[in-house]
This record gives sequence, structure tokens and C-alpha cells, in this order.
Amino acid sequence: MNFITFCDLRLLNLLEYPSDFANLKIDRMASKKNNPKEVTENDSNSRRDFIKKSGLFTALAFTPPSLVMASENKWDEKIAEYLETVPLSIEVNGKKHNLNIEPRTTLLDLLREQLQLTGTKKGCDHGQCGACTVHVNGTRILSCLTLASMQQNAEVTTIEGLAKGKKLHPMQEAFIKHDGFQCGYCTPGQIMSGIACIKEGHANSREEIREYMSGNICRCGAYHNIVDAITEVKEGGKEL
Amino acid sequence: MSKTSNINRVDGFAKVTGSATYSAEYKTPGVVYGCLVGSTIARGRIKSIDTKKAEWAPGVLAVITHLNVDKPTGYQKVKDKRNFGQPLQIFKDDSVLYYDQPIALVIADTFERMQYAASLIKADYFKEEHSTDLQKAADKEKKIDTEKGNDYHRGEHDGYKNAEVIFEAEYTIPTEVHNPMELANIIAKWDGNKPTLYTKSQGVEGTRRSVAGVFDVPVEDVSVFSEYLGGAFGMGLHTWPYEIAALMGAKKLNRPVKLVLHREQMFTNVGFRPFTIQKMGLGATKAGKLTGLTHEAVAMTSSYEDFMEGTVNMSRFIYDCANVSTRYRIVPLDTCTPIWMRGPGEATGSFALECAMDEMAYKLNLDPIEFRKLNYAEKDQEQNKPWSSKYLLECYEGGMERIGWKNRKNEPGSVKEGNWLVGYGMGTGTFGCYRSPTSVKAKFLPDGNLVLQCSVNDMGPGTATMMTAIGAEITGLPVENIIIEMGKSGLPKGPTQGGSATTSSVGSAVHDACNLLVSKAVGLASGTLAFKGIPITELTFENGVISSKKNSSKSVTLASLLTANKLDELTVENLSKADEEAKKYSIYSFSVHFVKVLVNPNLGKIRLAHVVSCADIGTVINQKTSAGQMYGGAVGGIGMGLMEALEIDHRFGRPINNNFADYHVPVNADIEKQEVFFVNKKDPISNPMGTKGLGETALVGMAPAIANAVFNATGKRVRDLPITLDKIIETVKV
Ligand code: FES
Ligand code: FES
Repeated sequence: MNFITFCDLRLLNLLEYPSDFANLKIDRMASKKNNPKEVTENDSNSRRDFIKKSGLFTALAFTPPSLVMASENKWDEKIAEYLETVPLSIEVNGKKHNLNIEPRTTLLDLLREQLQLTGTKKGCDHGQCGACTVHVNGTRILSCLTLASMQQNAEVTTIEGLAKGKKLHPMQEAFIKHDGFQCGYCTPGQIMSGIACIKEGHANSREEIREYMSGNICRCGAYHNIVDAITEVKEGGKEL
Repeated sequence: MSKTSNINRVDGFAKVTGSATYSAEYKTPGVVYGCLVGSTIARGRIKSIDTKKAEWAPGVLAVITHLNVDKPTGYQKVKDKRNFGQPLQIFKDDSVLYYDQPIALVIADTFERMQYAASLIKADYFKEEHSTDLQKAADKEKKIDTEKGNDYHRGEHDGYKNAEVIFEAEYTIPTEVHNPMELANIIAKWDGNKPTLYTKSQGVEGTRRSVAGVFDVPVEDVSVFSEYLGGAFGMGLHTWPYEIAALMGAKKLNRPVKLVLHREQMFTNVGFRPFTIQKMGLGATKAGKLTGLTHEAVAMTSSYEDFMEGTVNMSRFIYDCANVSTRYRIVPLDTCTPIWMRGPGEATGSFALECAMDEMAYKLNLDPIEFRKLNYAEKDQEQNKPWSSKYLLECYEGGMERIGWKNRKNEPGSVKEGNWLVGYGMGTGTFGCYRSPTSVKAKFLPDGNLVLQCSVNDMGPGTATMMTAIGAEITGLPVENIIIEMGKSGLPKGPTQGGSATTSSVGSAVHDACNLLVSKAVGLASGTLAFKGIPITELTFENGVISSKKNSSKSVTLASLLTANKLDELTVENLSKADEEAKKYSIYSFSVHFVKVLVNPNLGKIRLAHVVSCADIGTVINQKTSAGQMYGGAVGGIGMGLMEALEIDHRFGRPINNNFADYHVPVNADIEKQEVFFVNKKDPISNPMGTKGLGETALVGMAPAIANAVFNATGKRVRDLPITLDKIIETVKV
């Protein structure tokens, strides 16, 4: 822990995830070996800047000279990189990604901010609205409540992964036909939930659909049409 | 029914595949992440603010506060004319005017680092006494100093007091928050002295003007992109401090900054429907003729801007009544400034008016619809003008039939289904039809497509689809051949999306531009060899082909016409506005919402068994999207009626339920059966298509319909929204 104390102010976000420490080293090595290229993708170039700007003062004031040296030699940067990120191997819409991510990154932010898959929406970041619904290994989950680092080897399907080129998924078609949206912001979440709702066997009546779709808020109030769309897909009996 | 009257949403594909780009989703190389840190007191001054830890945190690029900000030069000059007073000037000085007012902007290289660094900011304050409780501060009311703020009197002042039968009551609505699903968000960047905003704005041109004012740059230098909005409901009618903050950050770093509010900040920083207290006084003859109506409202505003809305306006014209008085006052409180929320003041006002009408009907022992019919207004007595069209009676009839009004008994609590008490209620809504000057450019391309351009936004109602439907109707082109470009600056100037005026304004402009373009194409064709000797009046344009009416074998395609004339495109840009004739009429949309509720007397639980929303909105351009808008407005009204209230802990002046777990909005399970019905008759005056506007009136009248149905079921009259089960269970006897 001494080591951590040294990095303290800079690296510390990690302390929020102590349980991840143990695995860091091994996983990281493994990842480097397998995918040398993507590993460097998320490296930050600002850490050095930061040390130059502000870290030095603190370092001079509070740390022994050897550590100042460490800072100058960018060791801290290396250490930080080593400690701040965890390797993640994840498949999104059939595409494999080997990444190094911060342990605190949510699956939602990973999708939107790092993989540029902005079809999955952020409506609350607290698991209260359903806008961020995606499928992980075939089950609907709220990606804002899911730490990406815990989805090792998971298969994720987002709204971008439903259509085959111009050929829409039956649920997407039904949403268009029944006008199951207005602004469209809750729509990716509704569609992902709608598909899951049928697969789970919870679409046997309008009442049941309403109940099992109530984790997805639509502020535009398209509920009536959403139920129409899901009912049609369910009755169509197609493999989803 | 024409072939364009029930088309799918033209942006449907983009929306169901996740490829529609909302503001924070524009791919912007080098973008960094900003976050606002809010004050933890409701009023006072910042004594000190510790930003060191945040500055030292990994990846942090800047922390901006009032202490180090480069104040925009426009801070001295800017005035927002839509409101009176001064919009909050972020980071201007050390003053704190409301809880969670932004006091720092933290920018870092990644989202996670930004979040963490923001948590390290700490501030100390000189606290001052705050006031956030309208009910306690109502005596500090003031009149708004404009003509619109004046009291209104027709006939005798407070004439209701002399009536045979008098009814008086007070109604309150709490603060409600728009809460569109998309958070308020922006990507801001600068190109030298020219700012670009990808932002959640309902008015591209308005945002440009506000930003130009704050940063003291020419309006033409401000670029705004707001092509997809994830709802707004009025929240995007103001340029908010977060947008200015992001621009400040981007300027300082010379990098694009992305700033997305947290859901909690949506409750405190981007407006709301103001807490309003209303007093109603109704006077009638025993036979049910209204003789007097007084409507008074006191609403909250912020300490720095005067905000007003049309809360009392509907009472001046919706019923035939000789003596009408209205009065509107505001009380400045220590909150952010309210902003019109769907339906706006009319929704608030109709709650009081339509509940009071219901209460008076019971007092007179009349069916509530009978009572309204007895007081049907044959003309607009406020403006002393005829209606352009009015099919309110058709709305009553359509709704009564669909909801099964004949099963209603006037005696509360007398109808049961199993253990549930059954109640029926209705409420009337209305909203003015406005038309703003709008420019649209229409161009035919050689590939057979028609492009329609306008800077207007589409926050969800289906503006692009409406433009497409009208364009297709006039040119005869298939819907697939029409391309809409909208929601950004640099296009012909469109209006702000609000006040149900978009179809009337933009639709008319599309209508006019397309007609002019077709004439231009026909004119061009008539000069060609193919039509030699055929008068221009005998040429028609259909689906990209100009032909002779008499001899259809004589024809040219638009594409060949363009090629022959060596044109890349055939273009018309036209400014469209209302004609003088319209001023002679009073033009309003009307709606009536009907509700059947089931109330469990033991638990106070209210179920919406059936909701029917009827409207006279003139011509319905597109049944599909209009129905969607009506369903949605009704759902908004259901939230207002049954669940929405921002609860403030007045000891600290801060909200308690600033999240979706605690601030309830309707979800799918809340509405068991929903229907909409449009009269769909063309208004002869309003505009070339004969539309009257839908977005607002779709909500207005729903909350009172619910309150009236609950009374009919239980005999319990709830005059303070929302109607939650605790208010029912108090008094209903088993
Ligand atoms: S963003 Fe995940 S539930 Fe709202
Ligand atoms: S379509 Fe706008 S929130 Fe559902």
C-alpha cells in the first residue's frame, strides 16, 4: 500500500475499487500479450502535462527526492497507466474489442464515449429510466448500472446491432409502423426492452406488456403505440 | 384521405437504428468533457471555493469559476427580450441566487476523470436567508409591468359575486419539471471568434441571438446545430447558463467541450412549470347560465427574471359570460427561472377553470357537459371577433360516445365495478393558433428529389414528416423523394418550435414555396419546344413530370428540363406569413379530454381505465404523427394530474426528489386504455392548409378531467395537484 500512497492524489480513483487490485497485474499482462495494438489506444497523453503543471509542487513539498526523480522520468505515468486501467475483452454487435479501460467506466459510457456507439442513450445514469437498455449475453440490462470491467468476454447487443444493413429487425419495423416514438430518445431502450419482453415470455397480453415495459420511461408518451408494436411482433411469431 | 395523410415518420429509420444524432453525439475530434458543480445553498455569496484538488486530479484541463473566468464582453449588454430581467450570467460574480446554481466548470480529458474531479470542488458561503415557498411568500406578489400583465375586466368587476348561485375555490399546482428523456447537453467549440454549438435548443435562431449577445459577436458568426432533440417540452426555449459555460470552457482551452447535465441538474437549472395558486369565482343562474367568472393566479418566478404565462387567459373567452375578471401576479423566489412547459399557463389555468366548472355543475345539479353547452361561446367575447372555426361540440360528442358517458351518474360514488368505485370526468382545453414569418427554400434536383430547407427544429412532434407530407401533397412527388434539411443555422430562417405554431408557420411556408417552385418548373417547361402552342394554364405538374392536361403524351420530366436548361437545381426561397384577413378572426384549437377512473376506496389507488382525447385542430396533416402527439400530450397531462410534483425542502431551499425514482412520471403501466379522436375539419382562415395547432392543447384539460373523474368516483374533491392516494384515502368512506 505504500506504493499506492505515493501515487495518491493522482491515481487514487482506484481506491474506490479495491477489489480489482488483486487481478490487475495478471490481467494486464495477458491483455498486452494478446493485443498489443489496442492496448495503447486509450493511453492518455495528458498525465505528463499534469505532472509538469501541478504535480511537481506537491511532489517537491511532500516527497523524497527519489520520487521526484520518478516523476521526472515519467515512471508515475507508467505506474498510473498500469494501475488505473483494467483490460477488457468484450464483443459488441459481433465485433470483438480488446481494450484497457478505467475500472469505474460504465458499460454505457464505454459504448457512447469510447466505442462511438451513441445509439444507446443516457437518460438518468441511475437505473431509473431504461434509456440505456442493451442486451448482454441475451438478457436486457441497464448499461448505466453496469461496470464495463465486469463484462469480461460478454456479448453485448446494442440498437446498432439489430438491423442487417438496411433490413430492419421486426421490432424496429413495428416501431416505425405503429409510430412507437416521437423524439426517439427513449426508443433504442424501448426496442431492446421490447425484444427482451417477448423473449422472456412477458408479452402475452397488453396488460403484461405494459407491466414489463414500465422500466422504460417515454416522456413523449408513446406508450399506447409501443404496446401496439410489441403486440404485433409477438403475434407475428417470428424468431427474434 | 390523401396519400400523405397517414405516413410513417420520415426520421423513423434513423431513430429506430440509433443513427439519429442528438446534440452530445456529434463526433468531434479532440472533444473534452465538462461538468458543472452547483452551489449547496439557495441564496448568499461564495466565501471561498477550493478548486486545487480538482485541478490536480488526473486529466483535468481547466477549472473555471467566477474568480478566474474571462467574462464575456456581452455580460454588460445582454438582455433576453422573451423575459423581463436578466438571464443568469454564469460565473459573473460570487452571488448565489438558487440552490445548485453552477459555481464551477470542471473540464477533463475523459468523462470519468471529469466526474471524479468535479466531486473534489468544495465551497464555503456567506449564507443569506432564502425564500422558496410560494405559499409562504404569496404576499410578496407583484404585477408584471406590461400590457399582458394587466388585469382584465369585462362587464362588472368580480361580477360573479352578484349571481344567484356562487362558487368559490382555491386550486394549487406544484412545480413540475419538463424532464425530457435526453438530458440538456451541448458540444461547444470555437473557430477563432466564431462559436459553434451542438445543443438542445428549440430555436436555432433564438440561440444564435442569445449567444451572439453574450459573447458580443455577430449573429451570423454563431453556428447552431440542433437536428435531433430528445424531447424538450419547453425546456429548450431559453439559452441556459450551461450552454454559455461550455462555450467559455471551449474558448479557454481552444478545444471542443462536451457538457451533459446530470438528471439531478435537470430539476434545478433548466426551468420548470411554476408553482401556481389560483382563485376561482363563478356565478350562475339556477338554470345554469354563467353570469360571472373571476380567475386569479399567483405564480412563482426567479429573483432575477420575471416570467409569465397565459394561466388566466382561457377564462376570458372559452365560455359565454358577461362579467369576467382576471388577475395575474408573480412572486420572485430563490430558484432558477421557470420556462413554459407543454400546455404552459393554459394547462395550469384549465385545471382551475375546468374543475370549478365541474364543481359548479354539481352545485346546479347539472351534467358537466350540459352545463358547458349552456354556456357555449358563439364568438370570442374577449377580442369581440368571430371564431375562424370551432368544433368543440363535436369534441364533446366524440368523447362522450367513446368513453361511455351514458354510464356516468351525477351522484358521486354511485357506480361500482367489483371493489372499485367508477368515475367519469372531462376537461376542456384550448390554445391559440399562431403563425410566425418563416422562410423555406425548396429545390428540385435533377435526380428527381425535392429538398426542403428550414432552420426550424423537430423536438419530437414530427415536423420533418409534416413538411414531407405537405411537400408531397403539392408536388405529387413520392414521400421517398423528399429530403428535409432542418435544425441548423445557415438554412432559411424558421421559427422557434413552441406554442403549437410549427405546422401553421413552417407548413404554410413549405406549402407556399412548393407551389411557387411548381409554377416555376411549369413556366420553364412552357417555353420549351415540347409544349409549343399550349397555354401555361393547361400544363400540370405531377410526380416530377410536366404534361399537357389535354394531351398527356406531351410531357417532359423535371430532370430533362433541368438538363436542357443547364441547371443543377431549380430553386425557390420564400418568406411566408399570415395575411391580414386572419386578424379579423379569433383562431383557436380546442380539445376535450375524457377519463374513466377506477378508485379503490381502501387503498386510495387510482386506475386510469380509459382515456379519450378529442381535438379540433383544423386539418390533420398526418394522422399517424398527430395521433402520437395527442397520446403524448394526454400522457403529460396524466403526469400533471396524478404524480408530478417537485418537492422542495424549504429549510434548505433544495429539491428532495430530483431524480426519476422519486419524481414520478407516467410509465406504460399507468394507462390501461387510450384513444384519440380528431374532428379533422379544415379551418377556412388560419393558413393555407387550415391547421390550428396541436402540441399544447393535447395536454391542456387532462389534469382537470382526472380530478373531475376522481370526484365523480369518490365524492372527494382534490384541489391541489397531483392527486395522490394519500389525498384520496383521507376522507373516502368504505
Ligand atoms: S440511463 Fe440507465 S436507466 Fe437511465
Ligand atoms: S419518444 Fe421521446 S421519450 Fe420516448
